[in-house]
Amino acid sequence: MSDLLALSAAQLAERIRARELSREEVWDTYRERAAADDLNAFLWVAADAPDTGDGPLGGVPFAAKDLFCVRGVPSQAGSRILEGYRPPYTATAVEKIVAAGAPLLGKTNQDEFAMGSSNENSGYGPVLNPWDRTRVPGGSSGGSAAAVAAGQVPWAIGTDTGGSVRQPAALSGIVGLKPTYGAVSRYGMIAFASSLDQAGPLTRDVTDAALLFSVMTGRDPCDATSLEHPEAIRLPSAQDLQGVRLGVPDDVESAAGIEPGVLEAFRATVARAQELGAEVDTCSLPHARHGIAAYYVIAPAEASSNLARYDGVRYGLRVDGDDGLLAMYTRTRHEGFGAEVRRRIMLGTYALSSGYYEAYYGRAQRVRTKIADDFRAAFERFDFVVTPTSPGVAFPLGAKTDDPLAMYLNDFFTVPMPLAGIPAISIPNGLSEGLPTGFQIAGPAFSENRILDAAYALEQAIGFDTAAVHA
Amino acid sequence: MSWEPVIGLEIHVQLKTQTKMFCSCELSFGDPPNTHTCPVCLGLPGSLPVANEAAIRFGLKIGLGLGCELAPRSIFHRKNYFYPDLPKGYQISQYDEPLCRGGRLGDVRIHRVHLEDDAAKLVHVGASGRIHGADSSVVDFNRGGTPLVEIVTEPDIRSAERAREWLILLRETMRQLEVSDVNMEEGSLRCDANVSVRRAGESELGTKTELKNMNSFRFVERGIKAEVARQVALLEAGQPVVQETLHFDPQSGSLTSLRSKEEAHDYRYFPEPDLVPVAVTPEMVEAVRAELPELPAERAARYETELALSADSARALAFRPELGRYFEAVLERADGAPAQTVANWVAGELATRLGDADPAQSKVAPDALARLVAMVGEKAVTAGAARQVLDRLVADGGDPAAIVEAEGLGAVGGGDELAGAVRAAIEANPDAAEKVRGGKAQAIGPIIGHVMRETRGAADAGEVTRLVREQLGV
Amino acid sequence: MIDRAEVLHVARLARLELSEGEVDRMASELSAVLDHIETISELELDGVAPTSHVVEVGSALRADEPRPSLPREEALASAPAVAADGFEVPSPGA
Repeated sequence: MSDLLALSAAQLAERIRARELSREEVWDTYRERAAADDLNAFLWVAADAPDTGDGPLGGVPFAAKDLFCVRGVPSQAGSRILEGYRPPYTATAVEKIVAAGAPLLGKTNQDEFAMGSSNENSGYGPVLNPWDRTRVPGGSSGGSAAAVAAGQVPWAIGTDTGGSVRQPAALSGIVGLKPTYGAVSRYGMIAFASSLDQAGPLTRDVTDAALLFSVMTGRDPCDATSLEHPEAIRLPSAQDLQGVRLGVPDDVESAAGIEPGVLEAFRATVARAQELGAEVDTCSLPHARHGIAAYYVIAPAEASSNLARYDGVRYGLRVDGDDGLLAMYTRTRHEGFGAEVRRRIMLGTYALSSGYYEAYYGRAQRVRTKIADDFRAAFERFDFVVTPTSPGVAFPLGAKTDDPLAMYLNDFFTVPMPLAGIPAISIPNGLSEGLPTGFQIAGPAFSENRILDAAYALEQAIGFDTAAVHA
Repeated sequence: MSWEPVIGLEIHVQLKTQTKMFCSCELSFGDPPNTHTCPVCLGLPGSLPVANEAAIRFGLKIGLGLGCELAPRSIFHRKNYFYPDLPKGYQISQYDEPLCRGGRLGDVRIHRVHLEDDAAKLVHVGASGRIHGADSSVVDFNRGGTPLVEIVTEPDIRSAERAREWLILLRETMRQLEVSDVNMEEGSLRCDANVSVRRAGESELGTKTELKNMNSFRFVERGIKAEVARQVALLEAGQPVVQETLHFDPQSGSLTSLRSKEEAHDYRYFPEPDLVPVAVTPEMVEAVRAELPELPAERAARYETELALSADSARALAFRPELGRYFEAVLERADGAPAQTVANWVAGELATRLGDADPAQSKVAPDALARLVAMVGEKAVTAGAARQVLDRLVADGGDPAAIVEAEGLGAVGGGDELAGAVRAAIEANPDAAEKVRGGKAQAIGPIIGHVMRETRGAADAGEVTRLVREQLGV
Repeated sequence: MIDRAEVLHVARLARLELSEGEVDRMASELSAVLDHIETISELELDGVAPTSHVVEVGSALRADEPRPSLPREEALASAPAVAADGFEVPSPGA
């Protein structure tokens, strides 16, 4: 049994295919671990294994962030306003994974409507970091990250809007991939910020990320913004980085709040990359540092509109009063939404309101153009841009909850990529003060195969043990 | 000094596509509530809109039909507001980059044409047991998401009557484009009006009000009339017109303000991130153009200018394209008969007899009607007799000459036969004959009447008059 | 900066009830975030087109072909209040 836990998802699939392991054995082992979850990572665990047939994912169970709609299964986006809501349809990404042979083991905790970087904004309580249970696992896909890191599930999916896959992956010591915008259908993903949201895998290693992503991607007629990936996704195999040009943004070292241990781990991996043959130079992304500002206009603005549907009429919570429709709306939304969600709805509504649109939303969309232009220019000289994923390691629960801006600044390195729509991966990059740090690799749109190859080569060189905290 | 009304219209047209604007639910008319819904049109969490190709095509067709400029790239915006009939808390509409701009229909310029989705239906059900005895309503999402085109005119209309007439022209245009049922009573055509008045001769616009809920052509005219009168009365009393939205009550003819205690609307428009821009290719435009019929305004103008028809005839033929097509078929075969005469026979006599039926499907062949018109022209039959022939043609079809022959409806022609009848009539009415000879021209009536009776209407009244005068020597 | 009156106005637009204490706290928290956001007002952005769709997909339209709708029971299954086969709400303006 402990043998089984040491295997990656791809290895499990291989053993199941070779009949060295049975599907039931794998399911039962993980089902038991998920049911015994003491990190508050799971919000729902399946009772029985659904029959998923044969497929490339060969019966290896997965977990989905709560915001993925699954027919008949609680899908609440971590919000009390959707408590107990069971949708009549299933998200395309989940459907594709199940069709590829992976059964759904459970739904994982998250920051409410994916708004957060610590998972403390969940309507169902915070998730604990398996590396140190007094600390956050990162967010917003904190449940998925913690569950994979703790060996409660072989792999999981989450969503990334400003870093919500990569940052919890980094803080929990696993791999997280945010694909190119449009590469994975958003249909059935409860929306936070539509122009930024993108689903991606959270896995123990880079090979698992490639395997899971390969079945998630594809154009979906139900999502007008989805695209067919121009390349089939391959399992990575690169052993070195010969001829690969890496750009290190010139402001990494001076980034606000960057911790020395994180910086040290980052430098060490840049040095390893050079040993593997990479050419490294500094690059300039002059507008990336305005990413947080642009992001905290655009994402709340879209969210304020996306969350207008939670009005107590068709589903979810409803709080009636004695005084009509307006009171029903305001009470339902006050009681159903948590403080951070209310704050972002306020911010977004303000940014779109009459007289402020151009100063906020209009300008932020122009900054977005400049950030995308910066990356385009950088990718003329470099194959990838590399940064630490998060300026710090996992912080103690409650450390930043009173200061929204400090929490937002945590997204400094991860926010520019979704603004530009480009893919990026976070891989475990050793420890700082006993806690995981992440190394981020970003590339041009649809460069996932090359990103995965580079990440794979570095992963071998770093040699991080992702199974270290399996209880 | 007189006042001039300045009127612009905003028209919503429900498109008759198979499915809704942004989902694959079939459009619903009178089906049981909430049987045409899906995750998209219910606004369920995680659902996404995808635009209906046919709705875009219909939008382009309307744009071409109204002579608009079609945008090669247009985008959808979200219009945010809360209301129970709006499931997502926003309507997907178009804002600063609509599908079509400019254009003209008749003498009214079009400002813009854009696409959006319709709201659901909210039905008041009275006191509810559940909500502490409070007043409650029920939402039916069947209609929610039906494709709508909004057509906005420039303020080019100058009277309530013209507004009504123009709206009828617009309806006929939409009908002939085959994009909508355009039924005001059923709500597939809805009209709001922006109304202001100013002193005649002034160029500056007055403060406008918006009139809603005029759900028939008659109410459009009455509502605007009432609002113009209200504004004129205010201004003449030295009071200002307040910019507001008004609801017209057709029962009482009164106008009530819809301004609520709510804050002024702030729709917080922004580009809909769930949809990509609509790219209109030249191929799409050409395909739609190839489907365009000749529209009523064009057809009426052609009849007036090329065929010199009266405005009424031109309109009557142009507003019913099947009538227009039939008219042209008869005219082609009528061998030089005046177009107006043919128009009178088609739009008048024939249309009266056929009602709403398509004349091409009737027993009256265009050829037959053409020959009948020619026989009247040659005075081979009188107009009265020809009407009887037409009755027979409508009932049984056939050849008009044969019917005339069989029924003895031929005009009692020139010469001896008619001269004899006239002579007999003069002899039978000596008093009248004396008066006519004595200079009382109008006394000729009884003599002519006598001839017409004797010939059973087959004589040409003009010819009879001439012969009577000749024989009486006046 | 955003003051109490603006907070109340925005809360009304967003249909959010705020308690007295929340109004003040919201005003100060939003002001702090807005101060940071203000940094983009210094950027030279004249002539820069706004990005509203990060990946240009071209037209993505759906064929006008009907698909089955949800059975009514399923459509109404999650509704907090149902009456007359529909979603019951307090009457607007009531």
